[in-house]
Amino acid sequence: MKTNSPLQWLTSREGIYYLLLALLLLVVLPLTLDAFRLNMVGKYLTYAFAAIGLVMCWGKAGILSLGQGVFFGLGGYCMAMFLKLEASTPEATSNQSTPGIPDFMDWNQITELPGFWQPFHSFSFTLIAVIAVPVLLAFIIGVAMFKRRVGGVYFAIITQAIAAILTILIIGQQGLTGGVNGITDLQTLMGWNIRTDAAKTTLYFVCVGLLFVSLLVARQVQNAKLGRILVAMRDQETRVRFSGYDVASFKVFVFCLAAGLAGIGGALFTLQVGFMSPSFVGIVPSIEMVVFCALGGRYSLLGGVYGALLVNAAKSGFSESFPELWPYAMGALFIGVVLAFPNGLAGLYERYIMPLEKRLPVIGKYLDKDSPEPQAPPVVSDQLSAEKS
Amino acid sequence: MKTPKHSLPSRPRRRLLAGLLALPAVLALSTPSFAAPPTSEVNTSGLAVTEDTVKVGILHSITGTMAISEIGSVQAEKLAIEQINAQGGVLGRQIEYVQEDGASDWPTFAEKARKLLRQDDVAAIFGCWTSASRKAVLPVIEQFNGMLYYPTFYEGLEQSPNVIYTGQEATQQILAGIDWAVKEKGAKTFYLLGSDYIWPRTSNKIARIHIEKKGLKVVGEEYYPLGHTQFNSVINKIKLRKPDVIFASVVGGSNVAFYKQMKAAGVDLTEEDPLLLTISVTEDEIRGIGGENVEGVYASMKYFQSLDNLNNKEFVAAFKERWGDDMVIGDVTQAAYLGPWLWKAAVEKAGSFDVDKIREASPGIEFKKAPEGYVRIHENHHLWSKTRIGVAQTNGQYKVVHETKDLMEPDPFPEGYK
Repeated sequence: MKTNSPLQWLTSREGIYYLLLALLLLVVLPLTLDAFRLNMVGKYLTYAFAAIGLVMCWGKAGILSLGQGVFFGLGGYCMAMFLKLEASTPEATSNQSTPGIPDFMDWNQITELPGFWQPFHSFSFTLIAVIAVPVLLAFIIGVAMFKRRVGGVYFAIITQAIAAILTILIIGQQGLTGGVNGITDLQTLMGWNIRTDAAKTTLYFVCVGLLFVSLLVARQVQNAKLGRILVAMRDQETRVRFSGYDVASFKVFVFCLAAGLAGIGGALFTLQVGFMSPSFVGIVPSIEMVVFCALGGRYSLLGGVYGALLVNAAKSGFSESFPELWPYAMGALFIGVVLAFPNGLAGLYERYIMPLEKRLPVIGKYLDKDSPEPQAPPVVSDQLSAEKS
Repeated sequence: MKTPKHSLPSRPRRRLLAGLLALPAVLALSTPSFAAPPTSEVNTSGLAVTEDTVKVGILHSITGTMAISEIGSVQAEKLAIEQINAQGGVLGRQIEYVQEDGASDWPTFAEKARKLLRQDDVAAIFGCWTSASRKAVLPVIEQFNGMLYYPTFYEGLEQSPNVIYTGQEATQQILAGIDWAVKEKGAKTFYLLGSDYIWPRTSNKIARIHIEKKGLKVVGEEYYPLGHTQFNSVINKIKLRKPDVIFASVVGGSNVAFYKQMKAAGVDLTEEDPLLLTISVTEDEIRGIGGENVEGVYASMKYFQSLDNLNNKEFVAAFKERWGDDMVIGDVTQAAYLGPWLWKAAVEKAGSFDVDKIREASPGIEFKKAPEGYVRIHENHHLWSKTRIGVAQTNGQYKVVHETKDLMEPDPFPEGYK
């Protein structure tokens, strides 16, 4: 679809979807929810960053990563280290054997701030690290795997193993990382108390803002020639290779993009939740991120966002209403969605709601004037054959 | 359980000193009867208190890996709440509880604590089990000025104005245990063994300093990751170095592997050569390990189900009647049972549900009907309690062989043990 000006784009079908999401996140939810619930939505949205990354990486390029939690966690830990150093002033930690270092280091008989913590005194370094550290790790993994043409299930298993390894590493090195407790009790960001309701609300809007930036960046990639190559690679990898493209580099690129997005999500998560622990790094959160993406529709960027919102809201809702039975409800939801709508909510929408829209008198005609962006390969059998190859 | 003898008489003077209530309220409350004072007086901070109910929160993992440990605490807290309600409640109000599932996931604990305090406006929370969950919840509780009753024995190094720690902190358990082993069993050398996280590490640090202060020797110190199941190498090292005492703080599922492998390696713990002293295996864990595998193991903690006193007999009977005959009650379960009672006593002493007033009223609160005997809240929000040594039997129960003469003072920041 060709769009010339931003205004034209905003009034197109796709633009309206984005506007609706913006309306929901910037107007409807802030007006209807109290600060506590809004903060929870903010937390869910941080997962949406990882989900957008997965849509690009898995949905578009066909690389299933079961280790996005690693990148989410690294971003989160970078931010947490900065906040923890800020909270560990010599005055605030005067009852420790060594004042001025984070409390958990003191409990582990560490008497000096380790070298790799030093740069996290700087906020600008932290901001860069939030993206650079996950991207760097993704780059190393990507080069090591894709250049050797490791892909598909093997790649998924390796990413999962990395998630497990990193968790064990963090827990084992508790003097340096806070161990299983994680890095807790984070209070201020450059002197700004992030625990007040006003701060949480501000952070929510920052989060929404960055989410749209990320969405637009991902959309830009998707609509550029680069995005077409990614899709081609997913569907017919050998053909793309024989056409002279360096498939491995494209894969490394999209994997790094997904990692960077997850890292931003992790940093925002730390800011909004106030701590970081290895439980966001491991296998379970990584798979949950794939679930958000699968439920929302892995071919659709917006689907990923809605998936993250919906699954997390359902998780909170179910567990509040049925504290003893909620995992069953969640399980039923996943199985139901996967069995009934393999393309997730986005697929459901395209199949059932879009045809109805056309019947609406005014809007239908308006929407009809531009052809819908094909989000998913139209026929299911095509996808299956694409995945086998 | 009959009428509460432990509820303290009103203390108008203290309340005046507190100076937080308006004068008419003070006069009204200084009458000795607590027959349901109006809500406006007992709740000035917007808690979920009505004329005849008060809401509290229960926050434990009832799903996930920690559920097996935490369900006992949930049951004990519910039992205490039901018993308090049967006696007429607190300040004439029946306790209603909102239960939330921490799902063995620390961020979920934080989210649910926030929900309990912000949405449900609970007057107190009984909950958390692992140190990690407490650390996750702590900033939330402090920010929204909640009150948490935390039941697990833990590493100390913490003293929050918003937490009452009803389990023992590390020194209470360890010092008494090591003193006993040295005095009664003539122990000279120790081997320290634990799971690799903050509680065992801190515990062993305290143990090592205490042992070395006595001029005795630590011949080994090892940590294994949570969930570790291969203990053969450490068992061989133990055989080689022949310590008098293995001081163990291995937790969770690792225990099953550890004790079975000890047995398989031919270490008969009933011979006490070496003697094994644990601070982490309660009756609950023995259920998983199997009584035959832990026979002869000594444990140092404040409560055993087999304690022979009237309070405990009533408690065990009530617990089994409520939750089934096959239930066992471990140290933490009993500590969880104390929570609602200590809260009730503090509320009645303060004449108010307000957290600030409860905090002020809490030090000095005693609970004479405690299954463990008698406890009192220290200025530092931990409990004065006795420490007992028990030896494990094949039936999964401990036989108490020693009890400290006096209550052990809680000392979360032990000088000289840092």
